[in-house]
Amino acid sequence: MSDLKVTVAGVQFKNPVIPASGTFGYGREYEQFYPLSKLGGISVKGTTLERREGNPAPRVAETPSGMLNSVGLQNGGADKFINYELPNLSTKNTRIIANIAGATIEDCATLASMLNGTAVDMIELNISCPNVKHGGAAFGTCCDTAAQITAQVKKATDKPLMVKLSPNVTDIAEIAKAVEAAGADALSLINTVLGMRINIKTRRPILKNNVGGLSGPAVFPIAVRMVWQVYNAVKIPIIGMGGIASAEDAIEMMMAGAAAVQVGAAIFADPFAPLKIIDGMDKWCDENGVKSISEIVGTVKPW
Amino acid sequence: MYRQGKYQIVSKKALAKGIFDIEVCCPEIAAEAQAGQFAQIAAEGFFLRRPISICEINGDRGTIRFVFEVRGGGTEKLSQLNTGDLIDIIAPLGNGFKYADGGKAVCVGGGIGVPPMLGIAQLYGKNATSICGFRNASAAILQDDFEKAGCKTLLCTDDGSAGIKGFVTDALKQEIESEKPDIIYACGPMPMLKAVANIAEENGIECEVSLEQRMACGVGACLVCACLTVKDGKQIHSHVCKDGPVFDSKEVVFGE
Repeated sequence: MSDLKVTVAGVQFKNPVIPASGTFGYGREYEQFYPLSKLGGISVKGTTLERREGNPAPRVAETPSGMLNSVGLQNGGADKFINYELPNLSTKNTRIIANIAGATIEDCATLASMLNGTAVDMIELNISCPNVKHGGAAFGTCCDTAAQITAQVKKATDKPLMVKLSPNVTDIAEIAKAVEAAGADALSLINTVLGMRINIKTRRPILKNNVGGLSGPAVFPIAVRMVWQVYNAVKIPIIGMGGIASAEDAIEMMMAGAAAVQVGAAIFADPFAPLKIIDGMDKWCDENGVKSISEIVGTVKPW
Repeated sequence: MYRQGKYQIVSKKALAKGIFDIEVCCPEIAAEAQAGQFAQIAAEGFFLRRPISICEINGDRGTIRFVFEVRGGGTEKLSQLNTGDLIDIIAPLGNGFKYADGGKAVCVGGGIGVPPMLGIAQLYGKNATSICGFRNASAAILQDDFEKAGCKTLLCTDDGSAGIKGFVTDALKQEIESEKPDIIYACGPMPMLKAVANIAEENGIECEVSLEQRMACGVGACLVCACLTVKDGKQIHSHVCKDGPVFDSKEVVFGE
């Protein structure tokens, strides 16, 4: 048994494996498969101030080694999260990361302040959702707006603030530096990569939203590259994600510079994927004489 | 309780062109499953599971029967599995049909919407009428099974090559005239479901419809399988995997 504990922005996780926002709801469904206490933490479904209905269906298209989605941040709103989901989740003995998004800086700051004094362990500010027209990715693709929203939300919250970055940018390290300078305590990356599929019989996009976010193993190399670039550009910790499907993937992501990882689309194929990754990392540490998993963070030796 | 595991296929048949019938030995799933629920089935080499409705539950044998159509690469891969092979399943998922003991039911299925009707028809036995519609005689499936269940069995084909020539909705109207059922169950293409729901409403008969949508998680977490429904007078996005696949027809927004 090796030590799988990791600490990100002062928050200690019992292991580095966290289901990613939007792939695990609020944990209720997956609790039917296993106790949530086995997980390092849960990044909950993206929450906005008001309830959102999301985009029309179809919202999913399969791709080679992955999938596109265009859910569009459907969620029950802040009150439902705080009054209904959080009381349940806070009894599960796992870390709670509240993923928040909004159309305006004010909405995000208000939402963040509503979480002060709650059981939430960390805020993940989503400035990178590709599926909403206003807000979302618009904040995350420009250094100035990314810094502004980070600074305002940081002012509003008493929780550690992690900012989730978009891969749909020319230079992710520049955005990361701007967000770090604005006061972020941690970064998470990558959100989905903007993509499109077309039905050649109907000449219509498969997604009703025309475009959507690509996730799954198809994006893993992009995610590893971006985590490595950001790790070399900032001092704050990174939670790495994007196509992680195995313990080996998670270890690779940590070697690139991630202090912990999130697992997303892999859960759809195998609900037990997070637990298999935790077990596999433990075994790998034992076999490789690694006493604590955090020793491997950023240890890639570039040519 | 959701269960995930690899279970053995105990029989496999082709029922019609591109339509396959597999029976899987999964006693703990068979013990809990209800007619109208579905399974998420992994297809080797494909990232997402395929949602496939449960056709028949055999508690004594501990088996579940799936009848599915080859629609693309994933279902084609599933169709290549044989007796003795293992199949990776998550089940039972979603809400099944509401069964009213002692009532009379009409079960309306169109094309590949017919298999999910068998399980509920079996519960009603002689108190059920099955109305199944297909393109033609060679596409017709499961009629022996409905007869064996004791149902009054009506077959409709578009070209009249078997049974009654015409739509299931015409047969449904006639059936209601001769004996009004307590409930109508339906699964099939959206235009058919819309027409069945309208007939049910005109006649003041309760109606449950089973919907289909592209899915990812299948358990209600990812929210991709949205469908438009009405709750408290407002249109909202429900999710086929967790809120359905069976819905009260009055809640469903069928669209144009």
